Parts: sequence; structure tokens; C-alpha cells
Amino acid sequence: MKEDDIVVCRCEEITLEEIRSWIGKGYRHFDELKRILRVGMGPCQGRGCRDIILRELSRATGEPMDKIDPGVIRPPVKPIKLGLCAYGKEGAPI
Amino acid sequence: MKEYKTDVLIVGGGPAGLSAAAEAAGAGAEVMVAEGDLHLGGQLVKQSHKFFGSKDEFAGTRGFEIAKILKNEISQYGGRVKTFLDTTVSGYYPDEGAATLMTGEEEYFRVYPRKVVVASGAQERLIPFPNNDIPGVYGAGAVQTLMNVYGVVPGKRVLMIGAGNIGLIVSYQLMQAGVEVAAVVEGMPRVGGYWVHAAKIRRLGIPILLRHSVKRAIGDVFVTGAEITEVDERFNPVGSPTEIECDTICLAVGLAPSGELLWQAGCEMKYVPNLCGHVPYRDRYMRTSNRDVWMAGDVSGIEEASAAMIEGRIAGLAAAESLGYKVKAEKFEIFWARLKNLRAGEVGDKIRAGVAQVVVDGWEAK
Repeated sequence: MKEDDIVVCRCEEITLEEIRSWIGKGYRHFDELKRILRVGMGPCQGRGCRDIILRELSRATGEPMDKIDPGVIRPPVKPIKLGLCAYGKEGAPI
Repeated sequence: MKEYKTDVLIVGGGPAGLSAAAEAAGAGAEVMVAEGDLHLGGQLVKQSHKFFGSKDEFAGTRGFEIAKILKNEISQYGGRVKTFLDTTVSGYYPDEGAATLMTGEEEYFRVYPRKVVVASGAQERLIPFPNNDIPGVYGAGAVQTLMNVYGVVPGKRVLMIGAGNIGLIVSYQLMQAGVEVAAVVEGMPRVGGYWVHAAKIRRLGIPILLRHSVKRAIGDVFVTGAEITEVDERFNPVGSPTEIECDTICLAVGLAPSGELLWQAGCEMKYVPNLCGHVPYRDRYMRTSNRDVWMAGDVSGIEEASAAMIEGRIAGLAAAESLGYKVKAEKFEIFWARLKNLRAGEVGDKIRAGVAQVVVDGWEAK
């Protein structure tokens, strides 16, 4: 299986090879991989890739899946235009 | 930014959410239902097959007809149920008791619900294999939406990955739509779905290849075929691969609960393989460790829509009761009995064992 052909995070186009290589370098937490690779930071916010990456972490560390921390899941669950957030309570732009 | 207040915010207008809305509104609560799609009903709207199970959960009725029944039920409460379509609950902030919602991509507003029922459903799983990002690789749910909601076939010849109920039902529906199904490939040594669905497609001559898996998608610009291979009990490939000609690879390899808002609400979660992912601890009323938050349907563990509807009724009723609305206590007993009945026997083994890992006696007792 050619790992560099296998896209794990479609939003950010991160391959299985990249994931495995960074895990090999000692990145043993989903959030660490997220910060270095942007996995889970695209439009789907990790709904597609989180599970696959947690499995990879489980495989690499030998820890069962229920011991693998899925990382912090913050709002928003999908992308929001920054302009939409830039309104105060009164409805006027801040 | 616009702000709304409501008694109960229901996240998701699928079978669980609509059932929760019906019970909460029926008890007298003001309800707001936020649905990300353009129509209510969730996955029911594309389910053209007849349901099994018991009469109480509409056995013998087709999925999309059940959606209509539920919509009619909530419409009788008039303005007490407000529905927001094309609206995603994008965040929940437990410290403020606020939820942020987005309609389309241009409207963003805040809701202060007194209670929340999360019925956000599930996400289709993907499996990693080379070339899995080229056009022609679909999730089975997406194929079902294309065909049964929009009347568009995904291709001419499909390779189905997964012989669970979704893989089997979608294979059959593809054939009904005049699409050829090359084969159904399943990694496990047995069919995961109901025999009646498997028998239907076998009678039409479609091979179900057990202990097989997709090795890679073939194609430069789009799918022109797939390599499949036999696998051992640890899913490692054995023997040489076979090439299958197809223009669509359809993945029906399971669902994962979409629990983002439950994580944000600070609910205690646990990874339960039998329920297909991270799910919240809950009491019998479907209340989470966050006292303001209930859940129902696939987000509480992947199961059938029939179970989702009962869980929705329990959660909606319990949320209304917690606000002081009078509810008939015997209703809970009836719903629990129906749920127990649905999960009885061998087919319910997996779910019962899964739920047992996350059910608590009551949050007060904890």
C-alpha cells in the first residue's frame, strides 16, 4: 500500500504517510498533529479524519482506542465567515 | 446579532429530533428545532424501504412516509414548535447557556435555550486506501441522497464496500434505479445486515464477497475500477488482488456519532465500540452529565431510526418535565418498554452491551 497516495484528511489534503511520519517523530496526541498538520481544521472540522487518526495513534502507541484522547472539540462545528461574528448585540458592526 | 429564547432547543430535525419536539411541545414546552438540511426528516427522507420492528415504530411503513407522519405530528402544536431549516447549531457555550446558530452562510444568531436535546445524528465513516480522493468514491449515504432525494444516479457500475444494512439496502436501490452493482465487498466473514436484505440482492445475482476489502481505487481523473483483495481475520491482504471494473466505489463502512456539541457542553464521554464511537454517559431519561443537555438517536450510539424515535420521545418528554411541565409518568414506562422490546433478542445483543457501558442509575445518585 502506497501511503503517500492515501488521503486521510481531505479538507487539508494530509496523507497517511505524513500522519505516520509525524507520529514517528513523537507527535502522540491528536491536538499536536492538528497544530503541525492542520488535520481537523478544515471545513469538516475533523468529522472525516479524526477517527482514522485516533486509530493510527492507537496502533502506534499500543493503547486501546478508549484511552486515546480525541483532542479538544471547540465551536464552531463548521466554518463561519468572520464578518458574521463581527456584530455586537445591537446588530451594528463592532 | 439576533437573539432568541426558547424552552427547549432541539439540535437536528431527523427521527430523534422530531420525536423529541413532539413530546416536548405536547407537554407544553416552547420548542425550537434547528435542522442543517433544507427539509425535516433527516435520513428518513431518503429511505424508500419499509421499516421492520414493531407497529409502534411504524413497521411496514416506508422511511419517507414516517418523516411525513412526524412532521404532521409537530405541526399540530402550531407556533409552539418553531423549525429553522438550513440551520446549523455551530456551537454551544455551557457557561452562558448559549448556542450559536447559522442559517445558510449569511445569518448568524444566538439562542438561549433553557434545555437542549442534541439529536445531531452521525457521520459516514471513510476508510483509507490509495486514490480514495478521486471523483467516484462516495459514501453510501451520499449515494442514497443523490438518488432518492435528487433523482440522480452516481454512475453506471458500482462496487459496494460493506455488507451491513446500509450497504445492502443501497445496493438494492441502485439496482432499482437501473445501476449495475459489480459486487458487495465485506471484510468480515459474515453479512452484517439483515438476511432478508442480503437475500434480495443475492437473488438478483450480485456476488457478496466476504473477507474481502478494497485495496485501491483505479483511475487518474475519476474512478475507472477498483482493486480488491481477500483479507485474513486481522484484515491483512492475502493472495493477489482482483481488478473490478466500475465507475463508482461506494463506502458503506459504518457511521460515527456526531457528538461535537456534546463535547462542547462538557458531557462525560466514553469510547464504546459497540455504539461506534465516543458517546455520552446517560441516565434512562437520556440526560447527559450536563444537567441541561439530553441526547437522542445516532449521536447517543449508532442504531436504527426506530430506536432513535423512542429515544427522542424520552429525551423530549424529560426535558419538558425538568422545566416543570406536567407529563404523565407512565409515558416513560411505555417508551422504555418499547425500547427494550426493540433491543430484545440476538440482534439487540451488541446495542444492549454497548448501552450498559454508558448508562448511569441517575445523575443524582452519582
